Amino acid sequence: MPEQLLFAMEVTLNGLMAGVLYALVALGFVLIFKASGIFNFAQGMLVVFAAMTLVGVQTGQIPFAHLINTIFGTKIHHFGWTVPTILAIIVAGAAMVFVAWVIEKYILQHLIGQPDIILFMATIGMWYFMHGFAPLMWGSEVMKLDVGLAQGINETIDTTTYGWFGYGFFIDNLDIVAAIVAALLVTALVLFSQYTKQGRALRAVADDHSAALSVGISLRFIWVLVWSIAGFVALVAGIMWGSKSGVQISLAEVALKALPVLMLGGFTSIPGAIIGGLIIGVGEQLFEFAIGPLVGGATQAWFAYVLALVFLIFRPQGLFGEKIIERV
Amino acid sequence: MFYREAGDFKTSYRDDNQTFPIRLDRAGYWIALFVAFCVIPFFVNDYWVNSIFAPFFIYAIAALGLNILTGYAGQVSLGTGGFMAVGAYACYKLMVAFPEINIVFHVLIAGGITAAVGVAFGLPSLRIKGFYLAVATLAAQFFLVWLFNKVAWFYNYSASGQINAPERTVFGVIVTGPNTEAWAKYMICLVFLVGVAWVARNLTRGMTGRKWMGIRDMDIAAEIIGVNPLMAKMSAFAVSSFFVGIAGALFFAVYLGAAEAGESFGITKSFLVLFMVIIGGLGSIFGSFAGAAFMVLMPVLLKNLLVGTMGWPTEIAAELEFIIVGGLIVIFLILEPHGLAQLWRLTKEKLRLWPFPH
Repeated sequence: MPEQLLFAMEVTLNGLMAGVLYALVALGFVLIFKASGIFNFAQGMLVVFAAMTLVGVQTGQIPFAHLINTIFGTKIHHFGWTVPTILAIIVAGAAMVFVAWVIEKYILQHLIGQPDIILFMATIGMWYFMHGFAPLMWGSEVMKLDVGLAQGINETIDTTTYGWFGYGFFIDNLDIVAAIVAALLVTALVLFSQYTKQGRALRAVADDHSAALSVGISLRFIWVLVWSIAGFVALVAGIMWGSKSGVQISLAEVALKALPVLMLGGFTSIPGAIIGGLIIGVGEQLFEFAIGPLVGGATQAWFAYVLALVFLIFRPQGLFGEKIIERV
Repeated sequence: MFYREAGDFKTSYRDDNQTFPIRLDRAGYWIALFVAFCVIPFFVNDYWVNSIFAPFFIYAIAALGLNILTGYAGQVSLGTGGFMAVGAYACYKLMVAFPEINIVFHVLIAGGITAAVGVAFGLPSLRIKGFYLAVATLAAQFFLVWLFNKVAWFYNYSASGQINAPERTVFGVIVTGPNTEAWAKYMICLVFLVGVAWVARNLTRGMTGRKWMGIRDMDIAAEIIGVNPLMAKMSAFAVSSFFVGIAGALFFAVYLGAAEAGESFGITKSFLVLFMVIIGGLGSIFGSFAGAAFMVLMPVLLKNLLVGTMGWPTEIAAELEFIIVGGLIVIFLILEPHGLAQLWRLTKEKLRLWPFPH
C-alpha cells in the first residue's frame, strides 16, 4: 500500500478519536438546548471548571487560596491531603449540580420569557464570569489531571497494523478510553431519557414547555436537572481533555469547537452531535494533513468553523436538526 | 425646571426632527464638542491619552459599528476582532506601499476593504439566522486571525510576525509611530469618532436605518412590506465592517503602534466590543459611547484601586475584572436589557417632569 494512504488512514483514525472529544462537549450543549431552548455558550467553560474542581479536590488544594493569602497575608495553599479519585469525582459532580442550581436560581429564573438572543448573551456573560472565577478559585497554572486512565501508544494496534501493512499506527490509549466512555455515556443518557420518570419529563419539556407545565411537570426542577446532567457531561469531557493536555483556561477556547459540531449536526439532535463531532474531527485532521503544509499549517484553528459555515448555506438546520419553519 | 421643550418653538419639519429636540441637550452637545476639541487637547498627557482617551474613542467607533449590525439590523456577530484585524493589516499594507498618501485616506480605504470582507462573510446571513449566524461569524474571527498569522505577505515577511506602524503625518503633525505627541493621537481619534458617530446617527434615522430595524424586528414581515433583505443585510454588514475596520486601523496605527493578529485581535476583542454594545444598549448611538466608556474605564479604575492602592497582584485584579464584567453582563440583561442608554432615557424622562412629577 502507498505510504501516503497509510498516513491518511492513521490521520483519519486519530481524527475520529479527536471527534469523540468534540462530540462529548457538544452533547452538553444539545441537552440544554433541547430542554430549555438556551444556547449555552458557557459549556466549554463548564468543562474547564469541572476539570479544575476535580484536580483541585483531588490534590487537596484550598479554594481561593491566592485571594485569601492576598487579603489576610497568610501563606496557605494545600490542605495537605489527597482525596481518592472516585471521591474527588463525586465531589466535583456535586459541585456541578450546585453550579446548575445557582445558574437556574439566579440567572435563568429572571430571564424567563426574554428573547433567545438575550439568553444567549447571558451565557456569554457566564463564560466571562467563570473565565475569572475558575482561576481565582483554583489558581491559574496548568494543572495536571491524572485519574488513572491508560495513556500512551496502544501497543496492540501498533503491532497488529505493523503486521498488516508494515507500518504501525499511532493511536493513544486515552483516545480509545474516551471513545468507550462516550459510547457508555450516550447509552446511559438514552436509557435515562427513555425509561425513567425524570427522563420522560425531560423529553416532555423539550417537546413543549407549556404543555409539560400543564400536566404538572416542574420546569424549574427539570432545568436544574438538565443543567446538572450537562455539568456531568462536562465533567466527563473535562476528565478526557484534561488527561490529554492538562487543565488550563485556554481549554475553553478549544471547546468552542463544539459549536461548529453542533451546527453541522443540528442543535436538537444527540446523534447529530456525535456524527457532527466525528465529521469535524476527521475533516480537520485530513485537511491539515492534505492541505495544511501548502498554506502554512495550523488550519485546525478555523477549518471546523468554515466547514460548518459552508455546510449551513446549503442546509440551514444542520444534518439532523428539525426543519426551521418561519411564520409571520 | 430647565429641561423642557416649553418655549422652544419648532417652526419647520427640520427643527422638529432634529437629534436633540431639547434646548439643554443641544447646548450640552455643543459644549461637549467644544471641550473635546478646544480644551482637552491642551491638557492631556501620555497617560490620559494612552489609558483612557485613545482606547475609549477607538472602541467607541468599533462599538458603533457592531451596534449597527447587532443593535439595529439584529445580526449577532462574534467576528469583530477579525474585522478589526482586517482594518489594521489593510492600513499597514497601504501605509507601507503608498507612503506619499495621507494616512487619513489609508484609514478610510482600510475601512472600505474591511467592508468588502464583511460583506463576503455576511452573505451567509441570508440563509443562516440567530445563533447559527453568531457561530458562523466565529468562522470569520478564527480564519482571519489565522490568515494574518500564517501568510507572511500580510506582515511584509518581518521576522517577528508583527506589524509596526511607520511614522506618518497629517498637516505636518506626526500622528503614528513612537514620536507621536499625546494631543495628536487624541485629535486624530476624536476626529474619526465624531465623523463616524455623525454618519451613524444620520444613517440610522433615515430610510436605511428603518430598513435595518425592520429586518431586526422580523425579517419575513419586513420582506413582505417591501424591504429587500439582501440589500438591507448587506448594507448593515458593509457599514458595520467599515466602522470596525476604521477602528482596527486606528487601534493598530495610532494606539498600539505594533500589533500581532492573535494577540491584539483575538476572540476576547470580539467579546469586549459585544459587551460594550450590550452594556451600553443595543440599538442606540449614545449607548455605544456609554458602553465603550464603561468598559474602558472600569478596568483602569479597578487596577488603580486594587493594584495601585491596595497592592494586590495584577493577576487577581485581572481575574476579578473577568468576574465583574461577566457578572455585570448578566445583571444588565436581567435588570435592564436595554443597557445604559435606557437608564439615560429614563433619567431624561424624569428630568422633564422634575420638580413637579404630576
